[in-house]
Amino acid sequence: MTIYLLAAILLVSLSGFYIGKNRASALVVGARIQSLPQYHGLRIALWCGLPALFLLGLWVVLEPFVIQSLVRNSLPPEFFNLSGDEAILAMMEISNLAQGIVGTQSGLPYAEQAASLLISMNQLSDYAMIVVVSVVSLSALVVAQSKVTADFPALESVEKAFNVFIFLSSAVAVLTTVAIVLSLLFESFKFFEQVPLHEFLFGLKWNPQIAIRADQGASTGAFGAVPVFSGTLLIAFVAILVAGPIGLASAVYFAEYANPRVRDVAKPTLELLAGIPTVVYGFFAALTVAPLVRELGLSLGLAVEARSALAAGIVMGIMIIPFISSLADDVITAVPQSLREGSYAMGATQSETIKYVIFPAALPGIVGAFLLAISRAIGETMIVAMAAGLNANLTANPLENVTTVTVQIVVALIGDQEFDDPKTLSAFALGLILFFMTLILNVFALMIVKRYREQYE
Amino acid sequence: MIEISPPSKKSEKNFTTRLESVDEFDRVETVGEMFVDRPKVSCLGVSVHYGDKQALFNINLDLGRNEVLALIGPSGCGKTTFLRCINRMNDTIEGCRVDGEIKIEGAEINHSDADVVSLRSKVGMVFQKPNPFPKSIFDNIAYGPRIHGLSGPKNELDDIVEAALKRAGLWEEVSDRLHTPATGLSGGQQQRLCIARAIAVNPEVILMDEPCSALDPIATARIEELIDDLREKFTIAIVTHSMHQAARVSQRTAYFHMGHLVEVGVTDQMFTNPRQRLTEDYITGRFG
Ligand SMILES: Nc1ncnc2c1ncn2[C@@H]1O[C@H](COP(=O)(O)OP(=O)(O)OP(=O)(O)O)[C@@H](O)[C@H]1O
Ligand SMILES: [Mg+2]
Repeated sequence: MTIYLLAAILLVSLSGFYIGKNRASALVVGARIQSLPQYHGLRIALWCGLPALFLLGLWVVLEPFVIQSLVRNSLPPEFFNLSGDEAILAMMEISNLAQGIVGTQSGLPYAEQAASLLISMNQLSDYAMIVVVSVVSLSALVVAQSKVTADFPALESVEKAFNVFIFLSSAVAVLTTVAIVLSLLFESFKFFEQVPLHEFLFGLKWNPQIAIRADQGASTGAFGAVPVFSGTLLIAFVAILVAGPIGLASAVYFAEYANPRVRDVAKPTLELLAGIPTVVYGFFAALTVAPLVRELGLSLGLAVEARSALAAGIVMGIMIIPFISSLADDVITAVPQSLREGSYAMGATQSETIKYVIFPAALPGIVGAFLLAISRAIGETMIVAMAAGLNANLTANPLENVTTVTVQIVVALIGDQEFDDPKTLSAFALGLILFFMTLILNVFALMIVKRYREQYE
Repeated sequence: MIEISPPSKKSEKNFTTRLESVDEFDRVETVGEMFVDRPKVSCLGVSVHYGDKQALFNINLDLGRNEVLALIGPSGCGKTTFLRCINRMNDTIEGCRVDGEIKIEGAEINHSDADVVSLRSKVGMVFQKPNPFPKSIFDNIAYGPRIHGLSGPKNELDDIVEAALKRAGLWEEVSDRLHTPATGLSGGQQQRLCIARAIAVNPEVILMDEPCSALDPIATARIEELIDDLREKFTIAIVTHSMHQAARVSQRTAYFHMGHLVEVGVTDQMFTNPRQRLTEDYITGRFG
């Protein structure tokens, strides 16, 4: 039903557009016209479409509530004596009856009658909706098209409508972010009611599993997040050790040395790395790199655990190479050619020019690239979940098994705990801290990159 | 009321026909004194292509010792391109091809075993647009001496920097902020910094591409004095759009037109008595 109505509104809008355009075109013949014909058309189309669509949406959303409360009010007094659950069941039975689903008949005497009321009301509402929406749309058409005159500023109305539209779109984006952060904050507060903030921030032991055993109580769970964060930082550090030099060197190669044909092929290939799903990296880490690292370590007489920060860090490093390389490549190519020429003209070689002129000039941008890559590494989940482990181990030794914030969030939300259990809620607290960490890194990176951009302007 | 009379139709017409005849460059021979005795730099039959587009046609031109050669000509005629041939700066441009013979002290610079790094340390260049490195003023000047290992102990470097800045007439303005970023200088100061940077490595030849286009008359006068000074030791080629400047600083002047070297002459003679009609039109301001 609603679909047809939608189509009808669209049709009215479309005809509104052509009517407006034609009428305005007819005006052009004699005189100068304030707005172009298509703006007149567009304005009429918007008037025909938007209010009607808004009304339709509102109707669809509110209809069930209104009808249900009307039906409920029509029920005999014995209904209101029912307990909460029974009342809900009764309402459900009525709506089932109305939809023709004949299931368990509890034999409520008034159900039959209420169901038929519901059906007729639904029908009435549908007809009313069609009439009201069409009247709104068509009358908008009539009124709006009567305003097509040579000096009517249709362009301005269209411009205003467009402004409102883009404002609303961005508002949706911003509000979503705010809502997510708020819910994160709200749930975290619930967590911090049960686990003191200082214990979470400075505690050295992380073992949320204990908390689910109800007989021991939540207080015995250990929620010291330090090992989790140290694990995260350790892996990110290994990752940046791998990705930093390789990414930077490949950026320099692409920007300064590679001939255009090699660059055109090799650069997109490298950037393909960024397109590989992290799950794939994850099993590459767990099944290939981790055993390799372990064997290598053992042959050197080092005790490497089967799942190590090193293996996860290496693979994560490979994953973020394209970030560093393509961002650094951008900032290096953004260094003006005149600086290179200035350096060459002094008799500097290419590598001297890169070392002493290009790097210093591009440094802020390169730092920005690194920070963005680190914040990406910190937020990464799959690789660590598969290759690093679940054990919150407070260590700086990359050969050991560590865990990360993101992995612990996943762990906290798997399983069937109560939603107000501290273990589950700890996910929000971890998420909140992670959010702040990456936020700070990003702000920092953007600040640096921005300052760098201004340098040549 | 002042009336500005439009250029007479007749002369314009004449001019165009002349231009067309010049376009048949095979028949264009450079007029004047393009060769000197014992040249510092000598160019023979130099042509430059950017991709398919030819920017210079068969240029024969010498740069004499202790001489200032002015290169003049309308915008886009190839002055910068010619300068950039002499320190092989055109190598850095994709698709740019330089043909012909360019010798410094008799040694061919485009020869396969010629060393471009040592060439460029001998032939300094000041670019049309100032291009200070995003480093401190001091580090900008010290850049060349450092990479060429010219500087010994720290205070020797200080001396080199001070001397270069003084010669470029910038010392008084920046002596108290040598370690602040050079990009914070004004355009004219940056240009003088670039001049100081070029002379800090003691080149033998200095190529200057409109070094004074961003300078006020006082700074310009100082640079012109400097050029006069430098002539005692170096060979200088300077591109300029100012006839007056060319007349003040140069001994010889070369007039380029659409990639052709039209006329070379002793500066005074050329400005008083040009031999080619194109040169005359340009000098007297009828074109350019
Ligand atoms: N990198 C380049 N690629 C392609 N063509 C170029 C390049 N540089 C210069 N040219 C062309 O070569 C010709 C000569 O340019 P050049 O820069 O030498 O002129 P110019 O005499 O220095 O002009 P101006 O007085 O405006 O600086 C011009 O037609 C220009 O378009
Ligand atoms: Mg030029």
